[in-house]
Amino acid sequence: MATYVAPIPQVHAHHAEREQRGWTSWITTTDHKRIGIMYMVTTMVFFCLGGIEALLIRLQLGVPNNTLVTPQVYNQLFTMHGTTMVFLFVVPMMAGLANYFLPLMIGARDMAFPRLNALSFWLLLFGGIVFYASLFWNPPEAGWTSVVPLANSVFSPSGGQDAWIYLIHITGVSSLLGAINFYATITNMRAPGMSWGRLPLFVWTILTYSVLLIIALPVVAAAVTMLLTDRHFGTHFFDAANGGSAILWQHLFWFFGHPEVYIMVLPGFGIISEILPVFARKPIFGYKAIAASTVAIAFLGFLTWAHHMFAAPVPEVILVFVMLSSFLIAVPTGVKILNWIATLWRGTVEFKTPLIFCAGGVGLFLIGGISGVFLATFPIDWQVNETYFVVAHLHFVLIGGAVLPIFGAIYYWFPKITGRMLSEGMGRVSFYLMAFGLLATFLIQHVMGLDGMPRRIYEYDNVGHLALYNMISTIGSFFLAAGVLVTIINVARSLKNGVAAGPDPWKANTLEWFTPSPPPVNNFDVIPLVRSAEPMKDIRREVDRRATVGGSAGAATVPTGATQVGV
Amino acid sequence: MGHLLPSTLAFFTPESGGSPNANEISSLFKITLAIAAVIFVLVEGALIYALIKFRKKKGAVPAQIRGNTRLETGWTVAAALILVALAAVTFAKLGAIQNPPNSNAAGANLSSLDEPLYASATRKLPPNGKALNITVIGRQYIWQYLYPGATERDGLGTPYSYQEMVVPTETTVSLNIVSSDVVHAWWIPELGGKFQAVPGYHNYTWFKISKPGVYKGQCAFLCGRQHARMVATVRAIPPVQFEEWLSRQKTLIAEANTAAQASRAKLNSATGAGQVENP
Repeated sequence: MATYVAPIPQVHAHHAEREQRGWTSWITTTDHKRIGIMYMVTTMVFFCLGGIEALLIRLQLGVPNNTLVTPQVYNQLFTMHGTTMVFLFVVPMMAGLANYFLPLMIGARDMAFPRLNALSFWLLLFGGIVFYASLFWNPPEAGWTSVVPLANSVFSPSGGQDAWIYLIHITGVSSLLGAINFYATITNMRAPGMSWGRLPLFVWTILTYSVLLIIALPVVAAAVTMLLTDRHFGTHFFDAANGGSAILWQHLFWFFGHPEVYIMVLPGFGIISEILPVFARKPIFGYKAIAASTVAIAFLGFLTWAHHMFAAPVPEVILVFVMLSSFLIAVPTGVKILNWIATLWRGTVEFKTPLIFCAGGVGLFLIGGISGVFLATFPIDWQVNETYFVVAHLHFVLIGGAVLPIFGAIYYWFPKITGRMLSEGMGRVSFYLMAFGLLATFLIQHVMGLDGMPRRIYEYDNVGHLALYNMISTIGSFFLAAGVLVTIINVARSLKNGVAAGPDPWKANTLEWFTPSPPPVNNFDVIPLVRSAEPMKDIRREVDRRATVGGSAGAATVPTGATQVGV
Repeated sequence: MGHLLPSTLAFFTPESGGSPNANEISSLFKITLAIAAVIFVLVEGALIYALIKFRKKKGAVPAQIRGNTRLETGWTVAAALILVALAAVTFAKLGAIQNPPNSNAAGANLSSLDEPLYASATRKLPPNGKALNITVIGRQYIWQYLYPGATERDGLGTPYSYQEMVVPTETTVSLNIVSSDVVHAWWIPELGGKFQAVPGYHNYTWFKISKPGVYKGQCAFLCGRQHARMVATVRAIPPVQFEEWLSRQKTLIAEANTAAQASRAKLNSATGAGQVENP
C-alpha cells in the first residue's frame, strides 16, 4: 500500500509572463516584490552604516577621557547613528517587508498604486544619498532630534544641518506616499471573504503604521521647514530674542517623534504575531485583543509626546496628564506580551530561527517596556532622562521590538522571496550573538545613567565604576555587530547554496505561502476565497479532504519540483 | 558624578543624599523598582517556562485555544491597577519632591539676603515664602550663578560666581534657571532632578543641603561640542561662612571692576583715538 503523502496546495499557472531581467528592469520596475527587495537591501546597507557609527561611538567611550575622535566628530557620529537607524533603517525596512508581503497576505496582485510605490523607494534612496553626502563636508551635530536653538544657523552654521532637514523632507515624502499606498491597498484590495476580523495581524500593524505616518509626518515636515526658514530666510520661529520659542520646536518634534517610535515598533509586533502562532502550531491567543491593542497604542501614542519634555519649563498639568497617558499606553502593550506568551502556552513550540528571534525579541523588549514605566514617572524621569538610562531603554525597546523581529522576518520570509532556506545553524548563532550583545551593551547602561552619566557626551572622567561599565558596554557592542554579520553572511551564502524551500516550508497560516517561492509576477492566478484568519490552514484542510475523498488514500499526487514539507 | 553609597541597592537607584527632594525621588524609584522586579520575574518567567515546558515533543498535540475572555479581561484590569497604584504613590511623594520646605532657623539670615520673590505658575516657594534665590545662567560652556545682594546698601552690585556655586547649609535654596544661548540642563544628581535652561524661559527647582560638602554635576542637555565638559559643582558651607564668602565675593568683584576701569582708562588715554570696548 502506497504511503499517503499530503498534497502541497498549489495552483499551477497555465501561462506565465516571461520574467524581466537585467538592471534596467529593476530601475523601471513597479512590481511590489522587486521594490520590496530594493527597500530591504538598501535599508540593510544603511543599517550597517549606522552600526559602524555605533561601534565608533562605543570605541570612543570605551575608556575615560579618550581621544579617538574629536568632540565635533563624536557629536556627528551620534547624530548620524540615530538619524540613520530611525529614518533609513527601521521605518523603511518595515515598508520594504510590507511592500513585498502585504499584497500577498491579503490576496492582491500588487499595491494600489504601483508607480507611486516605485517613487517611494527612489525617494528613500535619494534622501539617504543626500544625507550621507554631508560626510564629505560637515555632517550634522545636533542629535537625531536636531535640538534647537543648537540647530539654528548661529550655532550650527554648517550645511550638514540642512542635509538633515532635506533627509526629513525627502524620506518624509517617501514614507507618506508609501503610507497612503498601504492604506489604500488594505482598505480596497483584500481577497473576497477577508473581512477586518480576518486580516492578518501584520497587516493590522501596517494599517496603523500608515495612519500614524499620515498624521505625524506633516507635523515634522512643518517643523523642519520652519527650522530651514529660521536658518536661511530670516524667520524667528524658534528664536527667543525675536519672539520665537525653543520649546515650540520640542513640542512639534515630539508630537511627531513619539508616534514615530510606535511606527517603528508596531510592525515589529505584527511580525511577532505572525511568527509565534506558526511555530507554536496554535492560533494567536486573543486575535481581537491584539488587533484592538494595536489601534489603542496608535491612538494613545498621540497623547504622550510631552514625556520627552518633563525637564522643560512646561506647566504642571502637562506633567501629570502625560504621565497618566504614558502609564495608560503600557496597558495594551503589556496585554500584547501576555497574549504572545499565551500563544506559546500549551503549544508545541518548534525552535526554528524565526521563532527564536521573535520569542527572544519579546523577552528583551519586556526589559525596555519596564524601564519605560520608570521614565513615565516624571519625578524619576527628572533624574534619569538625558542619561544612559534612557539610552538603555530605547535600545531595548527598539532592538527587542523592531530589530530582532525584523531578523526573524528575514529568516521567515527569505524562503518565500528566494525559494531557498537560510542556514538554521547560522541563524541560531546570529541570534545568540545579538541577544548576548544587546544585554552586554545595554543592561549596564541603566546603571551608568543612575550613576549620573549623561548621554551625548564625548568623554567622561574616571569616577566611580564608569570606566568598567563603559568597557563592558563597548565589548558587548562588538558581539551585537558580529551577530548581524553572521546573518548577512548567511543571506549571501544561502542565495546560492540554500536548500530549496518550496512554497510552504513552515506550514504557515497566511496567503503568501499559497504562492510558489518566489511568487510569479502576478502573485495569484486565482485569488482564493478567505474563510478565516488562517486561510492556509483552511486551504490545506480542503486539499486534504478532496484528496482523501476523491481517490484512494495513496493516490495523492505530489506536484513535481516540490520538496519535502513534512506532515 | 557623585560618590557611590556602600550598599548594593545603590547600584540600582539614582544618586541622592544631598537634599530631601533627591532622597524622595530615590525612594519613589525603589518602590517602582520593587513592583517592576515582581512583574519582570513573573512575565519573563512565564515566557521562559512556556518555551521550555511546551517545546515540541514526540506525541504532543498543541491545544487549539483562541482566547479566554475572563483571563484577558483579568490581566488587563490587573495591569491597569498596578499602574494606578504607581500613580498614587507618585502623587503621594510629589509634594516632598516639588515643594521646598522652610529654611532651618540655623540657616542663612534670609532677611538680609532675600529679594522680592515673585511666585509664578511653576515656581514653588517654601511655606514662609523665604528662600535664598540664586539665578543659574547656562551658556556655552560654563554655568554662571547670580546671588542676591544687588539691592544692598553697600552699592557693590550683584555677586556672582562661575562653575562652582557656593551655598549655605540648612537653608532652602531656590534656583531660577535661564539660558543665554542654547538649551542646557542644570543637574546635580545628589541634589535632585535636572531642569532645562531654555532661552526666553525661566525654569525652577530647589534644594536644601544639611551636610557641608561638594556636590558635583554637569550639563544634561546637548548644547554643543563641549557639552561633555560643562561641569558644575555646589559647595555647601555653614551659613556664617557663607555670609562671609558672599561679602568677600562682592568686595573682590568690586575691586576687579575698579582695576578694569583703571586699565581701560589707561588704554584709552594711551591710544588716544577710539574707545576700548567694554569687555
